[in-house]
Amino acid sequence: MDIWLQQLFNGISLGSILLLVAIGLAFSFGLMNVINMAHGEMIMIGAYCAYLAERTLGSGAIDYAFLLALPFAFAIAGLIGMGLEVTLIRRLYGRPLDTLLATWGVSLVLQQAARSIFGAPNVQVTTPPWLQGGIAVTGSFTMPYIRLFIIGMVLVAILLVWLYLVRTAAGRRTRATMQNREIAAALGVRTPRVDMLTFGLGSGLAGLAGCALALIGPIGPSLGTYYIVDSFLVVILGGIGQVVGTAIAAVAVGGANALLEFQLSASVAKVLVFVLVIAFLQWRPAGIIARRAAR
Amino acid sequence: MTNDPRTNYWLRKRFGRRTIVKAGAALAVTPAIASIAAACGGDDDDAPATATGGSSGSGGSSGDTIKVGILHSLSGTMAVSEVAVKDADLMAIEEINASGGVLGKKLEPKVEDGASDWPTFAEKAKKLIQSDKVAVTFGCWTSASRKAVLPVFESNKALLYYPVQYEGLESSPYIFYTGATTNQQIVPSVEYLLEQGKKNFFLVGSDYVFPRTANKIIKAQLAASGGKVIAEEYTPLGHTEYATLIAKIKSSNADVIYNTLNGDSNVAFFKQLRDAGIKASDLTTMSVSIAEEEAAAIGGDVMEGHLVAWNYYQTVDTPENKKFVPAYQAFTEKSGKKRPTSDPVEAAYISVYLWAMAVKKAGTTDVEKVKEAMAGLEFAAPEGPVKVHPTNHHISKTVRIGKIRRDALIDEIWATKGPVEPDPYLETYPWGKEFAKEKKS
Repeated sequence: MDIWLQQLFNGISLGSILLLVAIGLAFSFGLMNVINMAHGEMIMIGAYCAYLAERTLGSGAIDYAFLLALPFAFAIAGLIGMGLEVTLIRRLYGRPLDTLLATWGVSLVLQQAARSIFGAPNVQVTTPPWLQGGIAVTGSFTMPYIRLFIIGMVLVAILLVWLYLVRTAAGRRTRATMQNREIAAALGVRTPRVDMLTFGLGSGLAGLAGCALALIGPIGPSLGTYYIVDSFLVVILGGIGQVVGTAIAAVAVGGANALLEFQLSASVAKVLVFVLVIAFLQWRPAGIIARRAAR
Repeated sequence: MTNDPRTNYWLRKRFGRRTIVKAGAALAVTPAIASIAAACGGDDDDAPATATGGSSGSGGSSGDTIKVGILHSLSGTMAVSEVAVKDADLMAIEEINASGGVLGKKLEPKVEDGASDWPTFAEKAKKLIQSDKVAVTFGCWTSASRKAVLPVFESNKALLYYPVQYEGLESSPYIFYTGATTNQQIVPSVEYLLEQGKKNFFLVGSDYVFPRTANKIIKAQLAASGGKVIAEEYTPLGHTEYATLIAKIKSSNADVIYNTLNGDSNVAFFKQLRDAGIKASDLTTMSVSIAEEEAAAIGGDVMEGHLVAWNYYQTVDTPENKKFVPAYQAFTEKSGKKRPTSDPVEAAYISVYLWAMAVKKAGTTDVEKVKEAMAGLEFAAPEGPVKVHPTNHHISKTVRIGKIRRDALIDEIWATKGPVEPDPYLETYPWGKEFAKEKKS
């Protein structure tokens, strides 16, 4: 029994990270039809931000350096994302395959840049003491504080994104653009600006995810590549451009991974999750939640 | 994609060292190179042979210097690891020159960059042998690069000294192996664990050839000596989500985790192990791919108390090591960064000395004569006395189990009484019959 609770928790934990990464992709994919292969590098940038914060503030600040790194990572990754949108992606709208190639190039450039700046060896951050260890619920069911913190952080981030999309004028403009770009533009929405901001928001969220990931694993130039495929999987499974669908898909993929990995092995689980997603998409090609608006 | 950018220091180190040849990349390349080497090497092959009266590869001794080749990755993904080893080679050469050189001549290093690319390694090896006419080459780290240059050295009848512990099941007449083979690292570490009363093994490894080969050996050994494999789990290279695997470990009744994970995964694995509340005192791990630098990279606070198996640690207490560590750190500091010593660094240092001793003994740099002179050579290395095996070209080495300290250095907690004879095909073990079959006649 304990073990199932543990696996349920592990599944949610993995799903929450996937969700944070995938939500940015859901925006760029859904809003702009951009296949952003450089999204993983925003995670990497966020992780290095955590490292930088710790390095700059010194070991005396271990307790709060990580907390300061969160907004820092969001801002830096967001700004880089906006810069990328303005300088490159804007010129490629309507050519999804070209965006794939161009952003793949960008991802290689960013990885090499990280290698030049921070060196090829992995770096790591020290987990703040108050996040070390975990709550032992029962004998073999432990909830590590880090995982709880990440789940909480993701919930807050998603709530803020939802509020932004539903309750603010900028969010309404974003949704309008997402649903029908031409009509939104005709009604006076400055769609290029919306594109830039949304792209920045998605990148910023990935940066946030990277910052969180720095606590549980290594920080290296290629960090993003481990998550990018799973994130695309989540976005496609959820229904392109669907925030709610993305959330359901993230938890489903995370849970399926945890469950299958426990029953079988990590390698087999990864393959099976892919097979299951493909099978599901045969049945519902548009994903869990299909897009309603016509384009 | 063998050049997958996600390889980083860790991954790289293990990735290659442990024959990731699996991908078939190197395997595919090897015969190709062999044929190229055979085709292109023809003319050059004859030149030194006629010039020196029948034996090739004895070049480099003209004038008042002897040219020696150093072939390591100085750029690309492997550079971080191999630059440290190159420095150990250069330091040994500097020391030998300072004490009068070899045969009255100074050693002149010719450093080539293999660029972390196996075909480049083969190219550069050919260049060193055929144009630079070096007397010997010290080099390679990954098994993939070793497999790529092997036919070049064999077809040119030139010598290579290889300094990294590896997966065994190989021996070449033109390669001397100064790192450990499996019976000098993995097999004794399993024996040690059994002696400590650890019977139930949980095997965790990355999903490619080395961990699977190592675990095959471990399983054969455990079956013969009363141990038990509770589970055998592999995760993809670069895997970083270990919560589920750790849940499995917790719900098993394992006494010990035998860890052959490679690359980044180790960082994630050990951090998450700690976060799940498993300390080394509760359930220890035995790792064969974590040395001083890696332990520091994961963090001494995370790794404290976990076990590793090697032949050499920076803390090894021998008179030779007391000189070696400060000398190496001063040498590396000159070029920027003071580095810890490590097992491969020490093995590279031994390589140069062994070759120089063999040349002195033979009175010539002629490859065949040096090979003969190598047999049975003894050297007081920083790790303790080592001796060259007369036939299989490996060296005897002391095996040490180490415990990682909070400052990421490693304390020896157990060692074999003396050097262990190399047995790359595990022929001396009753349970090793299936591996001995891999030996080519």
